[in-house]
Amino acid sequence: MAAVNLLATKGLTRTFGGLVAVDRVDFAVPRGQVRALIGPNGAGKTTLVGMLCGRIAATSGAITFDGRDITELPAHRRIAMGMAYTFQVTSIFARLSLRENVALAVRRCGRLDERQVERKVAEALSRVRLTEPADQMAGDLSYGHQRLLEIAMGIAQEPQLLILDEPTQGLADSEIEGFNALIRSMAGATTIVLIEHNMDVVMETADYITVLNFGEILAEGKPQAIRADAAVQAAYLGSA
Amino acid sequence: MSARSRTLALHGAVVAAILALHFILPDYHHGILARTMVLAVYAMAYNVMFGYTGLLSLGHALFFAAGMYGMGLSSIHLGFSPGPAIVCGVAAAFAVSLIVGILALRTSGVALMIVTLMFAQAGWYLVLYFGEYTRGDEGFVIPRAARMLAGFDLADASNRYIAALVLFAFGLVVTLKAVESRFGRVLVAIRENEERARMLGYDVFRYKLGAVVLSGTLSGLAGACYGILFGYVGATFASVQYSILPLLWVLLGGASTVLGPFVGTYFMTYLIDISSAYTTAYMLVAGVVLVVLTLFARQGIMGEVRRRLIPWLP
Repeated sequence: MAAVNLLATKGLTRTFGGLVAVDRVDFAVPRGQVRALIGPNGAGKTTLVGMLCGRIAATSGAITFDGRDITELPAHRRIAMGMAYTFQVTSIFARLSLRENVALAVRRCGRLDERQVERKVAEALSRVRLTEPADQMAGDLSYGHQRLLEIAMGIAQEPQLLILDEPTQGLADSEIEGFNALIRSMAGATTIVLIEHNMDVVMETADYITVLNFGEILAEGKPQAIRADAAVQAAYLGSA
Repeated sequence: MSARSRTLALHGAVVAAILALHFILPDYHHGILARTMVLAVYAMAYNVMFGYTGLLSLGHALFFAAGMYGMGLSSIHLGFSPGPAIVCGVAAAFAVSLIVGILALRTSGVALMIVTLMFAQAGWYLVLYFGEYTRGDEGFVIPRAARMLAGFDLADASNRYIAALVLFAFGLVVTLKAVESRFGRVLVAIRENEERARMLGYDVFRYKLGAVVLSGTLSGLAGACYGILFGYVGATFASVQYSILPLLWVLLGGASTVLGPFVGTYFMTYLIDISSAYTTAYMLVAGVVLVVLTLFARQGIMGEVRRRLIPWLP
């Protein structure tokens, strides 16, 4: 039987020189959950997910994914196991078409003929509600739409675990609504770790919230409980 | 017309046109075109790594020379006939590019340029050091008897032209196949955004190594064929000049276009040929043309053609 937790860390630590960016974090995400990761700037959120997907090496501690210790695995092997990662700072293939951007994500995931690839590309683009012609250069998209493209590349991989680093930054309100709907439609089937500053998005989409502060887990709980937590309010949400 | 048949038609037409020129061109230009076709295969090979993968090597002469010497030494010292000698050259280039790739790809950018340059310099010194076998700078001639391939005398200008055309067509097919395959698409993705490619789950190192080995082996094939077609093997071909030339050809003709390397090689050959009739400073002319091209046609000749006229050009 598969483990309840798709992803778990034990004592995960990362130091940069004298700075402890992530400090002995035990973090577990059950299958199918939408987990929001919040905290003030510099709390270690991006460093933490960077270690999860292999962009940043852990100083100490262990990570298990899908029942396997992946601490030493290079990033591309973790992605091949079923993780997908979208960058905080938009990272797309600016001089390639929308189609090719998403097709690169689709093709890595299995031996499909080009017709099937084409179909999956169209599906991913429509799910994020990108309506631009697929042969347009990705670099010509507006910033917000480049974010959507990046999300499309994430979901096109049909990952078990989707890691989204501030996906709604730069999106218009109507696009944020679309994003929320997309996340809710994936909930249950796909496990999602979401770093997000927009609390409306967090409250709308997350099943469970982890609050990081100074590299440590400050609180964890359901959205309503986190909203009521005095320590979280002091550290992050403000007193308003 | 589908994209595939359009591409086939275009490149088929180029090959057919060169075949037609065989019957038309005066001897002198006929010879230049034969030579250009072989060197263009070298440029195409360089383009796989530079144009499509975005890896700038300054040491490709090592691969070209590995092919040439692998062929030449086995022909002279072991008495191999042309077929096995060429295979020997290609195998040497494959092995050298694999080893250099594994070591050099630990670096990137400027460091990669320096490392590849140093490997190539080491190769050049090796050729000089083992002068007893390689005859160093002076080089050696492949005797006419050792240039009979399948009954054809490759010392004959006409046979040589056809053989060069066959090699050229092979080079076109290989690069077209490579760049249109999944493998080629990933190489372009790595050129465009390496970190994103890695975070889509591609093993970037292995793809880059694949590009180096494909590029190096094809360079070696060009080197081996050059030696056998023109009957001479010399250390000049291992020198830094022959590492820089393919870069210039590709830049002139258009990086990451399939026909660009040929156009660039042909153009530059004539540029030097014509300007050297007027001045000994012919490299100055080549330099000025390069500067003008990078200022006003940054994508090279075929790159501009693609941008302005034929957007589907592979």
